[in-house]
Amino acid sequence: MPILTSTYQTQLLTYGLTLAIAALGFNLLLGYTGLLSFGHSAFLGAGAYAVAFMMRYLGVSSMELFLLGGIAFSAVIAALFGVVCVRHTRIFFAILTLALSQVLWTLAYKFFWITGGTDGIRVPFANVTLLGGLVSFPGADAFAGFVTSYYYYVLVVFAACALLMWVIVHSPFGKTLQAIRDNETRARFLGVRIWRYRWLAFLVSGIFTGLAGTLWVPLNGLVTPDVLYWPQSGKIVFFAVLGGFRNFFGPIIGAVTFNYLEVYAVALTEYWQLTLGVILIVLVTFLPAGIVGTTVRLAARLKRSRGASA
Amino acid sequence: MEIVALQVLNSLFYAAVLFLIAAGLSLIFGVMGIVNMAHGSFYALGAYVTAWSVVAAAAAVPTPVLFLFLPLGAAVVALVGLVIEPTLIRPFYRRPEEYQLLVTFGLLLVLEDVIRAVWGGTPLTAGQLVDSLGLVRIGGLPYPVYNLLMIGVGAAAALGLWAFVYRTRFGVLLRATAQDRRMAAALGIDVGRIYILAFGLGCFMAGLGGAIVVPSQAAVLGMGVEVLVLAFVVVVIGGLGSLEGALVGALIVSALRTITIQFWEEIELAALYLIAAIVLLIRPTGLFGRKS
Repeated sequence: MPILTSTYQTQLLTYGLTLAIAALGFNLLLGYTGLLSFGHSAFLGAGAYAVAFMMRYLGVSSMELFLLGGIAFSAVIAALFGVVCVRHTRIFFAILTLALSQVLWTLAYKFFWITGGTDGIRVPFANVTLLGGLVSFPGADAFAGFVTSYYYYVLVVFAACALLMWVIVHSPFGKTLQAIRDNETRARFLGVRIWRYRWLAFLVSGIFTGLAGTLWVPLNGLVTPDVLYWPQSGKIVFFAVLGGFRNFFGPIIGAVTFNYLEVYAVALTEYWQLTLGVILIVLVTFLPAGIVGTTVRLAARLKRSRGASA
Repeated sequence: MEIVALQVLNSLFYAAVLFLIAAGLSLIFGVMGIVNMAHGSFYALGAYVTAWSVVAAAAAVPTPVLFLFLPLGAAVVALVGLVIEPTLIRPFYRRPEEYQLLVTFGLLLVLEDVIRAVWGGTPLTAGQLVDSLGLVRIGGLPYPVYNLLMIGVGAAAALGLWAFVYRTRFGVLLRATAQDRRMAAALGIDVGRIYILAFGLGCFMAGLGGAIVVPSQAAVLGMGVEVLVLAFVVVVIGGLGSLEGALVGALIVSALRTITIQFWEEIELAALYLIAAIVLLIRPTGLFGRKS
């Protein structure tokens, strides 16, 4: 990819891939477990701030350690939040996730002596090393090199995440989640411990999204409380709805598409939230299957009509 | 000691605002089974409309009359709600909950930006209403009469709402529809009309909450989501769908908030949610809640 396009495009695609990982995590909850979370920004933020804290307070520079730290931190947050959120009906679940992510936001905002407040914490790429210290980026002109190397790094992590999520979703665990989604009462009568499965799904979902946050930060160079603010959660929801949340690939397509949409549309209008809201309403009303879902349906219809006429 | 009295009054004032918002949210949920994610944005809309109209009319209209702009702001919000319910909400009753949440979330995004588009990023105030009523001395310390008046308004609203729901014929229709929609329809009640009126009433209350608070605090961007998060704590603690729950929840949340702000400001929201989490562990449907 970097061979074909400019540094800027590579950077953009890398962002898209990190968002796709977040969307994969989110959709484990929505598409496969039937739980709509409006608070996934909490995990993005957990992963992101983990990197920042590790760099600033522990002097860590290895990306691998950042990934581990991000996973650990978001796992803790997901475990805690999950205990509160998961025992509830879908409406309360959505409310609680939104609210808890806002709690984190106010904490990041107010404890400014730890989190840097609205100024945030800088995470310069020059301090980041990949592959256990083998690859580093000193020097003033290292940015292009960083973007290229980082793109491949994220690509590999993305592929691993997608593969892992595919395995999870097709495993007995994943099938049980879908059973719970489709008919909770029946699942309970079959002996499934609903709470435990939902909590585990919440945990895994949080970890994937936290990983996305960890990957996002070195590219962004800065982490501020904005990453925890509710519109970030809204965007993640949007990726899944745009792409189609009943489909494995939908959220990935949705995330990457949105990433490009955002960059080019922000140039057109300053009322970005309005546009997002209107598109969301339109999608939910007319195209609930999203891009991928609708395409799949159209393709199936075409195949059927061609088969019938032949 | 006097400070405590003032803090109690502050807490009651904020509880009045929270009650209005939470009661509106609970009413809509109780009757229609929908959680309106945009409810906080209606509150914000009420605040902005009121502040703007007060400032716009301030030169031409004597101050006591300006007070009428408070229910007026609320009425505007109710009108918006009456338009939105049949167009955006009604198509989603029969669809899974996720879609209802998604569409009201989309509405939240739209309203937040509409507010920004119409009124811009600068905070709007209507402080002259507070100033016009002056101060009263409580234990030697000055306190705005406005706040006392609004506590009264909140109490009146609580009483009025209770009377409306439990002592009027329309209230009976409302409760019937909330308890069993199909049965109510079978008995000849026009459920669609009840729904739209209930939604309008809920929005009126949210708007009134915003209208009441804006002379005391500026209308700023983001106030909608901020209050939504607080309203959620209130309904979690008090129970979604219950008016008594909204009242008790509002009093508890407001008191807790005042205390935490006094002693350790930064953890205000975290402390509130910790309490909510504890309540949820003990009584998952809230203090007065019922499964709906």
